[in-house]
Amino acid sequence: MRTILFILQKEFRQLFRDKTMLPIIFIIPVFQLVILSFTATFEIKHTRLVVVDQDRSAESRELISRFKGSAFYIVTAQAETYQQAAEFLKNGDADQLIVIPENFERNIINHTSTDLLLVTDAINGSAASLMSAYAMAIINNFNQYLIVEQMPSVTHTEPIGIESSYWYNPRLNYLTYMVPGILVLLVTIIAMFLSGMNVVKEKELGTIEQINVTPILKYQFIIGKLLPFWMVAMFELLFGLAIARFLFQVPFLGSLPLLLGVAAVYLLVVLGFGLFVSTVADTMQQSMFISWFLLVVFILMSGLFTPVESMPDWAQYLNKLNPVSYFIKINRMIMLKGSGFSDFSNLFYTLVVYAAAVLSLSVWRYKKVA
Amino acid sequence: MTKADTVIVVKDLVKKFGSFVANDHLNFEVKRGEIFGFLGANGAGKTTAIKILCGLQSPTSGDIKVAGFNVYTQTNKIKQHIGYMSQKFSLYEDLTVSENFRFYGGIYGLSNKLIRERTKTLLQRLDLEHAANKVLRDIPLGWKQKLAFSVAVMHNPEVVFLDEPTGGVDPITRRQFWELIYEEANRGTTIFVTTHYMDEAEYCQRVSIMVDGRIEALDSPKKLKETYQAASMNEVFIRLARAQKNTE
Repeated sequence: MRTILFILQKEFRQLFRDKTMLPIIFIIPVFQLVILSFTATFEIKHTRLVVVDQDRSAESRELISRFKGSAFYIVTAQAETYQQAAEFLKNGDADQLIVIPENFERNIINHTSTDLLLVTDAINGSAASLMSAYAMAIINNFNQYLIVEQMPSVTHTEPIGIESSYWYNPRLNYLTYMVPGILVLLVTIIAMFLSGMNVVKEKELGTIEQINVTPILKYQFIIGKLLPFWMVAMFELLFGLAIARFLFQVPFLGSLPLLLGVAAVYLLVVLGFGLFVSTVADTMQQSMFISWFLLVVFILMSGLFTPVESMPDWAQYLNKLNPVSYFIKINRMIMLKGSGFSDFSNLFYTLVVYAAAVLSLSVWRYKKVA
Repeated sequence: MTKADTVIVVKDLVKKFGSFVANDHLNFEVKRGEIFGFLGANGAGKTTAIKILCGLQSPTSGDIKVAGFNVYTQTNKIKQHIGYMSQKFSLYEDLTVSENFRFYGGIYGLSNKLIRERTKTLLQRLDLEHAANKVLRDIPLGWKQKLAFSVAVMHNPEVVFLDEPTGGVDPITRRQFWELIYEEANRGTTIFVTTHYMDEAEYCQRVSIMVDGRIEALDSPKKLKETYQAASMNEVFIRLARAQKNTE
């Protein structure tokens, strides 16, 4: 026990003496949380629209003013012809163009149907479908207004009235959804990189040779090496939660001790991976690359940016091995839904088994290598 | 435990890696307080033998005891009773001198009081008390080497293994380093040292020379020079190493 304390003391001394490490631990998380939370959003706030109004009538102007009035649109230009408007799209100066044909108003008044052309830059598929949906919503709305205006006898424009409400995030606030996930990333990155590099650092400097001839037992060394990063990562989580709560006003409905309890187990999985990486790598550079590779896969598949449910079956199956996705899910449940332990006990037990498996695998490998 | 006069006993040490024989029936004993030079060309099998003696590797066969403990079953006991300093500098560069002493003293189980006392005595001996709170990376290599040696003997081990301790150090510092070794040996600590400097071999009380996994010669430098009719240890070494090359 005393031996472990001596190792801990040394690790913390080294950690806090490292001039590049401290900013990494304290400043980068704040940056990451602040910047990522505002930028990692699916919402498209300012779709740049080019309008070709060949009708120049009251109705066409009404439609255009509805686009202008929307928070999602900026009408960047009015073009004379479709070809001119298409140039904007080609040059990347606009995201969407709408062509209102001649006789638009006349056809409406004559109760014959009329057409509109809507073209969307679809290089980014999901952005395109969003922009298209925004445009549809505006046009539909305009359509209903026309029906009421033209046929006063019709009072119900929608045969089925839909009353929708959004639970757990009533205002569909993107921040609310992203912050719990980003917190998980933060803790994961810190724990994985620090633990993955630390043992390798001793290998690279040759101090591990000295450690190996001392009576330090392997388990003492491993505990002494992993515990500091476990503590740093837990601190990091609390730090991030405080920023989320007080800076972003992200709701925290569930229990904090419960979240910390899950994090405690989750971090064992991450540290296990870190230790494993350090048994495979001989230099800090190798360790960085392996950790980075693992993390990129874990993060992209985690459900942070894209819903896991929309991945192909094999990917969803593979994702059962992704610890990050478990914790993001649990974290969102606790923070946003106020879920209790019984709501995610299955996920938690999986993490427990995972932690035991990864840690024993890496300890076994560490014993073989060192 | 009564302290035996023989600290290292090696009988028929064999270490094989597959079909390669790194140590081929080594036999030697090292006495308490002796300075034992363990010489050999690169790749002769010295490092393997040292690793076995330090409890880092198991031998393939042989009867080996270090500080009275068996290398097969009591490696952790062995580690408690030996000190080790390698050619690669192995104190922590980002810790201060006294923090390094504290860490190594702590993991050998020394009490806080003893750590403070030993740190003080050892630094006094080196005349480096003023450097106690300096971070290691800021002090000259010669000092570091002496400090590494002091850390290796901090827990009063029965035997200290020095693996090319003076690599890259200037002649004056090397001279001072050997004075340290002598002092420590006079206190009863056994010194087991490997080196490529043949003038250092002359300082040893007994010297063994390994060639291709075998010990080709083992005696005091004086007797070795007589046997091989050589003027210096350098000549003895070259004659032995070359003899081997010619038979190949």
